Amino acid sequence: MFNFFWRKKKSTFTGGIILDGHKQVTKINTPQLPKELIYPLFLTSDRYTKACVKVGDYVKKGQVIAIADSLLSTPIHAASSGIISSIEKRLIAHPSGLADDCIILQTDGLDSALEAEPCLDYRQQSRDFLRKKIHQAGIVGLGGAAFPTAKKLSGSPAIHTLIINAAECEPYISCDESLAIASAKEIIQGSLIIQHILQASLCIIAIEDSKPDAYLALLFAAKETDIKIQKVPSIYPTGGEKQLIQVLSGEQIPPQKLVFEYGYICQNIATSFAVYQAVLLGIPLTERVITVTGAGIKQAQNIQAKIGTPIKDLVQFCQGYTEHAQQLIMGGPMMGIALASDEIAVIKASNCLLIEPIKASAIQPCIRCGDCAKVCPSELLPQQLYWYSRSQQWDNCTDYNLADCIECGCCDVVCPSKIPLVQSFRIAKSEISQQQKQAEQAALAKKRFENQQQRKLRIEQEKAVLLEKRKATIEKMKAAAAQRKLN
Amino acid sequence: MQFPTSCSPFTPSNNTVQRMMLYVIAALIPAIGTLFWFFGFSILIQLFLASCTAILAESLCLYARKRSVLPSLLDGSALLTAFLIAMAIPSIAPWWVVVTGTLFSILIAKHAYGGLGYNPFNPAMVGYVFLLISFPLQMTIWQSPLLFLDLNSALTVIFLEPTSIDGLSSATTLDYTKTQLHLGQSINSIQQHAIFGFIADKNKEFINLAYLIGGLFLLKQKIIHWAIPTAVILGIMLPASITYSMDSSIYPSPLFHLASGATLCAAFFIATDPVTASSGTKGHLIYGFLIGSLIYCIRTWGGYPDAVAFAVLLANLTAPTIDYYLKGKKTIAPLAKEYTRNNGSNLEVGALASPDPVRD
Repeated sequence: MFNFFWRKKKSTFTGGIILDGHKQVTKINTPQLPKELIYPLFLTSDRYTKACVKVGDYVKKGQVIAIADSLLSTPIHAASSGIISSIEKRLIAHPSGLADDCIILQTDGLDSALEAEPCLDYRQQSRDFLRKKIHQAGIVGLGGAAFPTAKKLSGSPAIHTLIINAAECEPYISCDESLAIASAKEIIQGSLIIQHILQASLCIIAIEDSKPDAYLALLFAAKETDIKIQKVPSIYPTGGEKQLIQVLSGEQIPPQKLVFEYGYICQNIATSFAVYQAVLLGIPLTERVITVTGAGIKQAQNIQAKIGTPIKDLVQFCQGYTEHAQQLIMGGPMMGIALASDEIAVIKASNCLLIEPIKASAIQPCIRCGDCAKVCPSELLPQQLYWYSRSQQWDNCTDYNLADCIECGCCDVVCPSKIPLVQSFRIAKSEISQQQKQAEQAALAKKRFENQQQRKLRIEQEKAVLLEKRKATIEKMKAAAAQRKLN
Repeated sequence: MQFPTSCSPFTPSNNTVQRMMLYVIAALIPAIGTLFWFFGFSILIQLFLASCTAILAESLCLYARKRSVLPSLLDGSALLTAFLIAMAIPSIAPWWVVVTGTLFSILIAKHAYGGLGYNPFNPAMVGYVFLLISFPLQMTIWQSPLLFLDLNSALTVIFLEPTSIDGLSSATTLDYTKTQLHLGQSINSIQQHAIFGFIADKNKEFINLAYLIGGLFLLKQKIIHWAIPTAVILGIMLPASITYSMDSSIYPSPLFHLASGATLCAAFFIATDPVTASSGTKGHLIYGFLIGSLIYCIRTWGGYPDAVAFAVLLANLTAPTIDYYLKGKKTIAPLAKEYTRNNGSNLEVGALASPDPVRD
């Protein structure tokens, strides 16, 4: 009896909600080559790339067209052969609907590729070499956050557990599941490479218990390795980094700490596949599996899409829109972003395109029912946080651990008053970080001013000392002269 | 194709304030049915009067405060307040009693404080206390549970206020017990009186049972949280059991406390109003226990026979303070230890818990 409760407690996280899956696992279809591929130079906040091709250049598939301009960015590769027709401002996949510089590639239909540089004996290679190879292949986390994988694998402090995240807890999305069914062997290979780079003693692939086919495929593929395949309960957001670690180990990573400080690293399963391709086959990241689904699309399916493909081409491949197509969401229904146009291109982070009708409802006052606190996987008090963020009491927001909010959207979904909680938290977060930046700048300016004052004072003092000395010398000389006169 | 943009999450929820309020109203149906069974049409007339007044007052307030009238009116909160008042007051009280009470609830206790979600006190209880203090006579003449009023006589009683009808009213057991105890009677002899049934008021104890059934329905539908009702009942039962075991001749049994007055209505329908309660399980337990023990104290040593409304209002006062001192995170899982190179994996392969021991 006690054991049961203990195990139950150990293997789950607090809060979370059970959502309808709406998952249609199809085999991965490949559409025809798009006429135009669009590559935004902007990656995510603060991360840019620099174009290294000119208008009119001919590029081959797999050729670098934009280079990383910092450690936190990754190069972009052409997904097909053709001519760079322009570098111009286009709408990009950004929640604010920004337009930014994009490289436009007119494909020539030949799809001719650069020679690949496979590296079959990766165990003989140095870990730095493998990391560099992953960086050069332009691999980022494919679960949606798009953090550069090579940077994440830099391996300090030491990592003991590598978790390959195949939970895919958001409704509608099934790209990882279908990839796991189709390419389980390759995923296992990729996971082994990552484990080798990290020198982690343990590698676990975590998958929701609602995906038995993928689970079996992975289990079969991992038969001769040390990799563990672990089922996790299908509760949203079990795929969140900290939630997943809590489910697997029973350990809770404290607020405002990063998981790698505790010896864990999570990688998405699609990233694993990309690492396999980059290291063993020498193919850079130019394609990914993406789920196109929702009531607004005629034929929902998983697509092997070239990164840079305009969304409208994928929609056309899915037989077009239905009359329910009222909003276009990139990512899942819980954490995705709404896009303003289907001219926008697929980026590395796009795991799903959801086309749905809009179900708007009026916002009512909070009745303090407390359901939001019950479902919060970070154990926050959304109701209080909402109150403080609305009245702009930023200090109180910080006190109530606002920074821990993972913006999963559980509180919004259960709120009977339809209050956009997560959105108000996002605003509060950006406001707080803005203030922090300002405070830092002010502190820096103050320090600079104080240093300057001190320097001035020191120079004055030194001058005074020098003057004294000089005066003393003159006095001495005068005295000496007077002495001489006397003599 | 162009699309409008909004912010995540995009998953629509089926939970609404309206749904919650309607479920609570639906859960009152067993109690309404029982009241009707014993008292007759008087209770239905009170409900009708209260509802009409509440809807009218709510619309006027929303209009005057320049809010959208229909969506707020449809949330059902005004109707629920009206139902609770109508069921709390004596069913033979004159029509103007229920009308003024409801008006006071909606106008002063609810909208003067900012409307739904902003009222610090439970509107129905504010209305009830207002009536009890203003019209003590009308508010303490209870319909005898042995008399079923048909539509005609109910209308006559409520609208024409005849001076007396034989057998129309009777004392409640709480009231009777209190006065008789003052006269030095023992509980045993008091409970020989005809107004006593199995545990408490004859017939009326079934109304409390009906509240219990409705409350269990709400618990099952997860409209209310288990902690508040449990704590309210504990708050009454605990002191009652202690005093009863000390001297059963002057202290009534805990079961009597549970089955008489508005105890179970308070536990399941009034204390659980989320707007005026404190939040979190711990907060719920403290808040509920406070209500329960206050009810017991006022009943036993205070000036009023029943004390639900006062107890709830006093607890409402404390709710923000309880919340303030209970803030912060609860920690359930052990915190991970910062990893050092020497201590190896914190995670043993063999020790991995299977995610769901039931299904695996």
